[in-house]
Amino acid sequence: MITEHRGLRELNGSLVILEGVQHPLNEELVHLKLDDGTERTGRIVAIEGDKVALQVFEGTRGLSMVNTRTVLTGRPMEIPLSPELLGRVFDGLGRPIDGLGDIYPEEMGNVNGQPMNPVSRVYPRDIIKTGISSIDCLTTLIRGQKLPIFSGSGMKHNELAVQIVRQASIADSDDFAIVFAAMGVKNDVADYFRQSFEAAGVMDRVVMFLNVSNDPIIERIITPRCALTAAEYLAFKLNKHILVILTDMTSYCEALREFSSSKGEIPGRKGFPGYLYSDLATIYERAGIINTAKGSVTQIPILTMPNDDITHPIPDLTGYITEGQIVLDRGLDTTGVYPPVNVLSSLSRLMKDGIGEGFTRKDHSALANQLFALYAKVQDAKALASVIGEDELSASDKRIMAFGKAFDEEFLGQGNANRSIEETLDLGWKLLRMIPRNELDRVDDAILDEFYEQ
Amino acid sequence: MQQENKIYSINGPVVTIQGKTDLSMLEMVYVGAQKLVGEVISLDTQKTTIQVYEETAGLAPDEPVEGTGSQLCALLGPGILTNIFDGIERPLPALQEQSGAFIGKGLSVSSLDTEKLWDVSICVKAGDSLTGGEVYASTQETPVVTHKIMLSPLLSGTIVEVKPDGAYHVNDTVAVLEDKTGKRHNLTLCQRWPIRIPRPVKKRLPASRPLITGQRVIDTLFPVAKGGAAAIPGGFGTGKTMTQHQLAKWCDADIIVYVGCGERGNEMTQALQEFSELIDPRTGKSLMERTVLIANTSNMPVAAREASIYTGITLAEYYRDMGYHTAIMADSTSRWAEALREISGRLEEMPADEGFPAYLPSRLSEFYERAGYMQVLSHAEGSVTIIGAVSPQGSDFSEPVTQNTKRFTRCFWALDKALAYARHYPAINWTNSYSEYLGELEQWYHDEVGADFMRCREELSSILYEESSLMEIVKLIGADVLPDDQKLTIEIARVIRVGFLQQNAFHPDDTYVPPEKQLKMMRVILHLYHKCQQIVQLQVPIARLLETGLFDKLTKIKYDVPNSNLALLDDYITEIDNVLGSYLRK
Repeated sequence: MITEHRGLRELNGSLVILEGVQHPLNEELVHLKLDDGTERTGRIVAIEGDKVALQVFEGTRGLSMVNTRTVLTGRPMEIPLSPELLGRVFDGLGRPIDGLGDIYPEEMGNVNGQPMNPVSRVYPRDIIKTGISSIDCLTTLIRGQKLPIFSGSGMKHNELAVQIVRQASIADSDDFAIVFAAMGVKNDVADYFRQSFEAAGVMDRVVMFLNVSNDPIIERIITPRCALTAAEYLAFKLNKHILVILTDMTSYCEALREFSSSKGEIPGRKGFPGYLYSDLATIYERAGIINTAKGSVTQIPILTMPNDDITHPIPDLTGYITEGQIVLDRGLDTTGVYPPVNVLSSLSRLMKDGIGEGFTRKDHSALANQLFALYAKVQDAKALASVIGEDELSASDKRIMAFGKAFDEEFLGQGNANRSIEETLDLGWKLLRMIPRNELDRVDDAILDEFYEQ
Repeated sequence: MQQENKIYSINGPVVTIQGKTDLSMLEMVYVGAQKLVGEVISLDTQKTTIQVYEETAGLAPDEPVEGTGSQLCALLGPGILTNIFDGIERPLPALQEQSGAFIGKGLSVSSLDTEKLWDVSICVKAGDSLTGGEVYASTQETPVVTHKIMLSPLLSGTIVEVKPDGAYHVNDTVAVLEDKTGKRHNLTLCQRWPIRIPRPVKKRLPASRPLITGQRVIDTLFPVAKGGAAAIPGGFGTGKTMTQHQLAKWCDADIIVYVGCGERGNEMTQALQEFSELIDPRTGKSLMERTVLIANTSNMPVAAREASIYTGITLAEYYRDMGYHTAIMADSTSRWAEALREISGRLEEMPADEGFPAYLPSRLSEFYERAGYMQVLSHAEGSVTIIGAVSPQGSDFSEPVTQNTKRFTRCFWALDKALAYARHYPAINWTNSYSEYLGELEQWYHDEVGADFMRCREELSSILYEESSLMEIVKLIGADVLPDDQKLTIEIARVIRVGFLQQNAFHPDDTYVPPEKQLKMMRVILHLYHKCQQIVQLQVPIARLLETGLFDKLTKIKYDVPNSNLALLDDYITEIDNVLGSYLRK
């Protein structure tokens, strides 16, 4: 049922209140037609009797009480889906902006999606080789995982994401595609990604949804949902392996906060709405593999931690939902180590089932544990050295310090090299040989005999 | 006259009806044309407020709201075990059949399989008088669990008719009961119980037996009693879920209820797979045969998340009433508290701490008080143990959910980020954690494990305590300046940390360690400590003792001694005596 209303009752931030609406549906899509001929899009967010509250994605600038006609579409927010999505560029609401015309839809997809049934999920086990030692060895990325990059302003998270796309060996197969969603990033950053995809020769397998920093803010709330709807279609209808890059989730959360405060909701921590966790979950949980399709959705959301604070609500709540995190470190970044991965606070929850014999190599798990344990000791030794001076350290602490230095320079600081799993693991053993065998307490003797004694 | 109730307003999962209605508080209702499941949460003369357990997109005002006349209930009967449900007890495999890999709306399925035939043997005869909670029939629900079919606690009377033993569906009548007023009730294999009301028991008994988990840091240092309540707080990545999974796999409860409340979908898939594949060492059957999973993942509707905790505890109490020891793992109660906060916000209630509603502490205490070691209505003894994970925001234990949980649980396993970073799992911090059950459980450990258990435990924990204060000094000036006896403490504490507290969940022997082995390991470590203390007093440098390799050898006992051959541990004592004997004789 399509109905039209003239005039508005109230305007408040991005919210519009209408009165006397016949048969509105919750979360229904609406079009606002201005007298000057332009059109905006909105969504019903609350209903009370015949009054409805609309969220206007493009903002309410220029709207007045009388110059607007509102059309209710009777449908939820949907985007057109077809195999033609690949290679196309859309705005934050899923409308083409590359001048190649509309998508002829094979089906329409509700951007909100539906929760995956846990019994229909397939537990992810296949490793995605990224060629980056710190990730492959210590925070292994698994197909179907959601593994965010926690970064800070000015650090090299974009480079890292591009390197993962370029080197991920799944990129060789035909059934691989990338869905890229930009939320509030600068135009340069969006361009950097586009150029990098072109340089890697994968642009015809990329779908881009761009809401850059000068685009309407409220639109950002829809952008990741459009991207994931496209990703789910490609993965579960067309059986492709999809890597979704969402950047920057911090801008997304800030848009949500702005919208929430304009609705007059009770704020939780740092002014973010109390439902931030549930809302983020409806995005992140759309990664995975299901038992009725061959494809998969892997997510790499990027977020910049405000003031590099990992306890800020955005990284904090993200970490509780995602299956691990890759944390970048300001100290490593300034000393020129790239990729500047802080391995101690990084984690991949799905790693344990995707590595070892039959997946990577049987020593992988023990080696990773030992490297973590030693690197934790490096931090203790460093703290001690800063008090009593490096010269005063005991012999074993000095060894640990030397190990830490070599680890940062050789293992982490690989630059743009693309290392195989074997190279990475062998390098790990090479570093472990700096430490006497009896101090390696996380590896059992059989593995030590085979890999340490070479 | 049936009054027509119509939706007036919609705000997220909260729907209101204008004016007075005939609905009652906490009544379950069907909302809208799609018949979404909801529950009445507030009533006044102006409006009735309903929280909806499904996604409300597409709902419109003026759609009907239908009352069911009863509260939100769990259906209790055979077929619960081995199954996986959502927060309002809808079986997920059945939902998958109806709507595919993604969960649709307004699906209607029975909680229990109504087609399946159960071999029932009936243990009452006509003329028997029966009171609430007493057993009238039983069936083998899974190869390891006999399901006792009990009279609803609200009924009592005389059996007037009994069917013969045989195969029945859950809804078939197997007996007829006549109550005092002469009203006849058909007794089937199942009953309903409102999830927010604790099931009645005869009386509460003292909790004097531990829940043996096979995890050394828990069983030895911070044990929880059967019928107790424990909290596991920890920031993300500290291993809450991993610890919960380990407990669900290995603890010696008869029935496990695992509630994934607002957590990851993949974790539930993993639990389902792993529990099905793992063999229970006690029964020789799959662990899933004694387990029920409740999965309300973080992206499923928030109101059903709030209900999932109650559904879980109701199932646990039902099996307790059969005389079983049940344990419920709730992962995570913080998500449940957040669901409360979210709904409270939509109701525009006055917020208290950090936006949480003022009734958060009372809801938490209501939940944790449903744990207990009970004499149930059928005179048997059973228990419900609650293990709740808490996910504090920003890993800050002073936030309201952690603080309030601390008040209502007597066992606190604080997970530590620094330990997790060093991949020391389980990352239970031994200085911040505590168990108040030690006093009650002392007798049991004395009788069942060994008279010296508590003494060893105390010595172990005092060494760890001493180490943590020594480490303060070491951090400032290095370990070299310490006198040898203090160096010994640090070395032995390292053996305890690495060789005893740290436990490898992926190692076939180390994943579960019986209390006997835990005690013997403690004895070996302390034996080494005592011997070395004597030697150090004779002015032998600690470096010489480390060269013997005994310290390193002891850190690997957990891998080197299989659980099936504990006698090997006595050899370690002999070896220590042999190697160190020469120093003592000099």
